[in-house]
Amino acid sequence: MKRHFADYLFRSYRKRKAVNSTMYLVLIVATLIALVPLFSIFGYVLAQGAPALNKSFFLELPKPVGEAGGGMANAILGTVTLVFLASLLGVPWGIATGLYLSEYGRGRLASVVRFCADMLASIPSIIIGLFVYALVVMTMKRFSALAGGLALGILMIPTVARSSEEMLKLVPQHIREAGLALGLPRWKVTLMIVLKGIRGPIVTGVMLSVARASGETAPLLFTAFNNRFWQGRLDQPISSLPVQIYTYAISPYDDWHRQAWAGALILVLLVFAMNLITRVVLAPKARKS
Amino acid sequence: MPGVVRAKNRPVREIHYGDRVFAGILKIPAAGLALLLLSIAYFLYRAASPVIVKHGWAFLTSSTWDPVRDVYGALPVIYGTVVSSFIAIVIATPLSVGVALFLTEIAPRRTGRVFGFLVEMLAAIPSVVYGLWGIFVLAPWLRTSVEPFFKTWLGFLPFFSGPPYGVGMLAAGIILAVMITPTISSIAREVFSAIPLQQREAALGIGATRWEMMRLAVLQSSRRGLTGAVILGLGRALGETMAVTMIIGNRHEVSLSLFAPGSTMASIIANEYAEATTDTHVAALVEVGLVLFAVTFVINSIARLFLSRSGNR
Amino acid sequence: MSAIMEVSGLNAWFGAAQAVKEINLSFEKNTVTAIIGPSGCGKSTFIRCLNRLHEEVPDARAIGRVLLEGDDIYGRGVDPVAIRRKIGMVFQKPNPFPSLSVFDNVAVGLRLGGLRRASILKEAVERSLTLSALWDEVKDKLNAPGTSLSGGQQQRLCIARALAVEPSILLMDEPTSALDPISTAKIEELVTELKKAVTIVMVTHNMQQAARISDKTAFFLLGDMVEYGETSRIFTAPKDSRTERYITGRFG
Repeated sequence: MKRHFADYLFRSYRKRKAVNSTMYLVLIVATLIALVPLFSIFGYVLAQGAPALNKSFFLELPKPVGEAGGGMANAILGTVTLVFLASLLGVPWGIATGLYLSEYGRGRLASVVRFCADMLASIPSIIIGLFVYALVVMTMKRFSALAGGLALGILMIPTVARSSEEMLKLVPQHIREAGLALGLPRWKVTLMIVLKGIRGPIVTGVMLSVARASGETAPLLFTAFNNRFWQGRLDQPISSLPVQIYTYAISPYDDWHRQAWAGALILVLLVFAMNLITRVVLAPKARKS
Repeated sequence: MPGVVRAKNRPVREIHYGDRVFAGILKIPAAGLALLLLSIAYFLYRAASPVIVKHGWAFLTSSTWDPVRDVYGALPVIYGTVVSSFIAIVIATPLSVGVALFLTEIAPRRTGRVFGFLVEMLAAIPSVVYGLWGIFVLAPWLRTSVEPFFKTWLGFLPFFSGPPYGVGMLAAGIILAVMITPTISSIAREVFSAIPLQQREAALGIGATRWEMMRLAVLQSSRRGLTGAVILGLGRALGETMAVTMIIGNRHEVSLSLFAPGSTMASIIANEYAEATTDTHVAALVEVGLVLFAVTFVINSIARLFLSRSGNR
Repeated sequence: MSAIMEVSGLNAWFGAAQAVKEINLSFEKNTVTAIIGPSGCGKSTFIRCLNRLHEEVPDARAIGRVLLEGDDIYGRGVDPVAIRRKIGMVFQKPNPFPSLSVFDNVAVGLRLGGLRRASILKEAVERSLTLSALWDEVKDKLNAPGTSLSGGQQQRLCIARALAVEPSILLMDEPTSALDPISTAKIEELVTELKKAVTIVMVTHNMQQAARISDKTAFFLLGDMVEYGETSRIFTAPKDSRTERYITGRFG
């Protein structure tokens, strides 16, 4: 081929190589910068939180201001209670929605449902708190564990729905067809073959959203509120780990700050463990499809 | 085998009947989501109505927020929300695109998987933990190092004037940037991965360097998806509550300085719920929530529009 | 006749699986060489080794000597980016850049090279489009997106894009496999025309196509090159029984 600008193109080559290397560096540095907060948070939570994690942290009630010691036992139990209540609402509702979307999710209603689930997932969680406040707290005229559980439960629905739908879609179509070919009605195939076969991953997805829900603070502020004591009744305000961390963090007391870090350590370890487990459980399945 | 015979003889209609019942039952929770969304809007509106009636649209344009005199104007918090989210987007967008490009185009598979997991972890850390870190790590660092630096070199600009508190608008913007980076970058990664391999090979085939390939084949054809990703990140930043509440300083005044404390729609709700004693104060906070709900709804719908169309192409 | 590219001892792997085994082959200036063989025979992998595109696939590697005008493109310190400018490539599916116009798709290689002068670019784009027999069809819609053209036009646009940087050799990886018969005929006609300007190596699964337009033919099977020679001889008097069985349609 006759060459018109061979020399010219050759001259610019060095510059292009330099730009290429520079951009590589820029992209790597960008990734590292994005991860600096993660390592910083991990480091601080460990360094500040671990020393404060002792027996009394898990077993004792908060001490009044000025007295050293005490723990977050009631807040830990409170979070467990709230998350349990939330799961009662969020898990069945979420899984049923996911089931509907994966098995019958083609029509107009399905796209409306998908849109609503997306919107619900992206609404700021504090709005859910306000909603439950207006719906329950204003009616009952008091903060309560029930209200808090309701708020967290609503938050769980879209995440459980989405993860269940994704997991269900991993079940190959031929497995459904095999069931249908046996003459089983579709609902039996769905419940007994499809859902059963993918039980493990769905449970993992649910656990992940439980872990996320247990770190939520904003929707609890004016639903479950807070409580310095043990609370056995569900129609009374109840404390929770994240709200307690928040309260302690903005307080002026060093001892409370230490406890806030300790609480944060627990939350971080929880989500970290759940995310890791999810990875391990789901990775091979996702790759196969 | 009598069972088989019976199954064969069962009228076809009966089987269909069971399926229809099942589909019908599943429709209830699915359609319930729509109902839930509507009732959120309705109950917020109902609870906010005293203030909506009293102030009308002036609620959005008045800059006085004074619970003592029972006067409520949301302008300062709207301003605070817009500014903090804007800072967040400005920082997070290039960072997220960089992360996504690194993960999809540069990193070897195993490295990519590890770093991808770490970035996901960033999204999983609870907001209140970010707030804690913000108070005790980020804000002191800003106060002693970053803000004095800006003040020395750019102090003549109104944005960088005033005393460096550490806690304030800049701190909120930065922490929001950290929090939305995983959101934007994970969607950007999806958008990049959806680009066919042939595009990349076309670029390499004409002698593009790897970076030129990223520009030509990856970035150029994902503008739409990236826009969607950023808008989605914006939606998240607008409504992020705890971390912002803990680090923005909670003052309801419009100030040009980024060092000055401020507040956002979400933070004022979280911060004043406890002291809201009068019904109108509560109603005013709920109305702020209603506005936030409407804004995030619109923003997220727009993001969805961008992302679904880019997905179809 | 002089060889413009000489391949010797070329081997290629995907992970542990060897896809191309010990290939020795040379391409003569201004000829069309067809590489034929059943799917999975390594012909695509082979041609992708000739511009070092194969190694861009994760876990893929290649070793051997490929001399382009005397220089080994697998030599030490040779940058694949630099050598790819001298080796054009056209892919199975037409792949113009969707975000670029017809004009920009052709100009993109030169622009990457730092060429900015509008007059030179215009000239080069027209020359390349004329060479790829597309100019008359697109001269009025140079600003339309490249993807707005028909499939056959898109493929000729991709040929123009490859020609714009004036390569010594043009690799074509089953360029007509995604096209209709009329577009295919146009590309074939174009190839016989183009060999006056550039040396062409073309992978095809279509034996009639190879017979119609190529001067030399190489038959690949399971990563080996079974037979190579004048196209007319390969298709009339193959020496190897496996070649004979393939061209008579008995396997693959």
